[in-house]
Amino acid sequence: MIRIPCPFCGVRDHSEFSYGGDGSVQYPALEASSQDWHDAVFQRDNICGMQTETWQHVNGCRMWLLVERDTMTHEIRSVRPAQTGLTTALEAIK
Amino acid sequence: MTRFSAWNVFWNGVTGQKGWSRQWRDPEPKSHYDVVLIGGGLHGLATAYYLAKNHNIKNIAVVEKGWIGGGNAGRNTTIVRSNYAQPGNREFYEDSLKLWENLSHELNYNVMFSQRSHISLLHSPGAIDGAARNYNVMRQTGTPDVEIWGLDQLKTAVPHLNYGPNARFPIMGAAVQQRAGTARHDAVVWGYARAADALGVDIIQNCEVTGITRNTNRITAIETSRGTIKTHKVGLAVAGNTSRLWSMAGMGQLPIESHKLQAFVSEPLKPLLDQVVVFGMGGAHFYISQSDKGGMVFGGDLDWYKSYAQKGNLPIVQDVAEAAMAVLPCLGRVRLLRHWSGVVDMSMDGSHFICKTPVDNLYLNAGWNYGGFKATPAAGTYFADLIANDRPHKVIANHDLKRFERGLQIDERGAGADPKLHG
Repeated sequence: MIRIPCPFCGVRDHSEFSYGGDGSVQYPALEASSQDWHDAVFQRDNICGMQTETWQHVNGCRMWLLVERDTMTHEIRSVRPAQTGLTTALEAIK
Repeated sequence: MTRFSAWNVFWNGVTGQKGWSRQWRDPEPKSHYDVVLIGGGLHGLATAYYLAKNHNIKNIAVVEKGWIGGGNAGRNTTIVRSNYAQPGNREFYEDSLKLWENLSHELNYNVMFSQRSHISLLHSPGAIDGAARNYNVMRQTGTPDVEIWGLDQLKTAVPHLNYGPNARFPIMGAAVQQRAGTARHDAVVWGYARAADALGVDIIQNCEVTGITRNTNRITAIETSRGTIKTHKVGLAVAGNTSRLWSMAGMGQLPIESHKLQAFVSEPLKPLLDQVVVFGMGGAHFYISQSDKGGMVFGGDLDWYKSYAQKGNLPIVQDVAEAAMAVLPCLGRVRLLRHWSGVVDMSMDGSHFICKTPVDNLYLNAGWNYGGFKATPAAGTYFADLIANDRPHKVIANHDLKRFERGLQIDERGAGADPKLHG
């Protein structure tokens, strides 16, 4: 079991979360070329090692998170809200 | 190599088993090969065999970082079937099944292929209609042995499924392929290795590829833990590690993610289940058969997050156990003997790639998702054909990396561009 420190709820089992996918993918503008869209939708680095990925805390706060996780050892380096505004808001509370 | 025959078994039986030779050699790598296949799994070994046999290329090496058959070849649930409905897939897997039917004779090695039938349980009228549509497509396109069973026929064949009124998902029927079944996975590895070796293929184990040397658009050599090997052509068949080798060759992204899939085997039981039974409903996924030693061999879903670790997580063990109890409650007190995990190369549409690459003399065999074992003979045949002739056979013409650019996805499940959903 991977334990994910949710910035809103604390440390929880990964079975409370739903894995999204590669968090480094940036979707292009709607009017971008079909090649750009093809790359964003279908092409992946598929990193063996530390990668940034999206998880949703579906059975908790329901927030989307950006998790830095090693895909070989499953070690988690950092967790932050996927929306940048929320990171700033969380730091303001602290 | 001593040929296996009834006479040889008898003769060695009365002469103290002295007449058997080594099954395959353990050669030192040569400095040059015409073709180097990276990955000593089923697909690499089968490709080497068919290259030597069908295309008369003899100077071939299969390099494997561990031991042959130690990756996904030794970690699957050994199911063989051809009930695919999408164009391209159905011809490919039907060809594969036909090759399986003669494989023991072809390799002079008993791969214990058992055509015990494959039964997918159906739980709603809609599911029956959907399966009937797909199976009608298959019947019209060269797979004659698929049919839809009603409850009466199913109860006669498999009387101990959970037909009770309180079943969470009451069974209404089944989609069945009669010629499908299982094979002994290790025997397939050993059979191909032995047959390829007899045709002169060098099988080099404990030989990890550490680098790939490129001269503009051609690979000139591969660096390995046992030295540099020069080669004219390179075939890549490394399943879950495809992206790692791909970047080693200096290339960018692939429509592949590596995920891990677990499998389980129970303690041996007396004969209990004479078919492959599959249960898929809502979030549950479960498939089970009984090995010749009596162990119940079964599996379920992926671990749901990307991973290169050959180590499964416990929530999936629980999911699979729950599904087992939903379908076959008689397994409730059976003890688990082992469970393990393999790294599978999940593609963006759930279908495979056997294709040329942007590098002229590099050929790719990847993206097998859950289905690489059953594909072995056809994957070997068509990959060998691609490498030897430098053009794809028409059966695999659409199984290339460019198909997404063309707007073509070969998506059996209709799950979209999310690799973890193509179970």
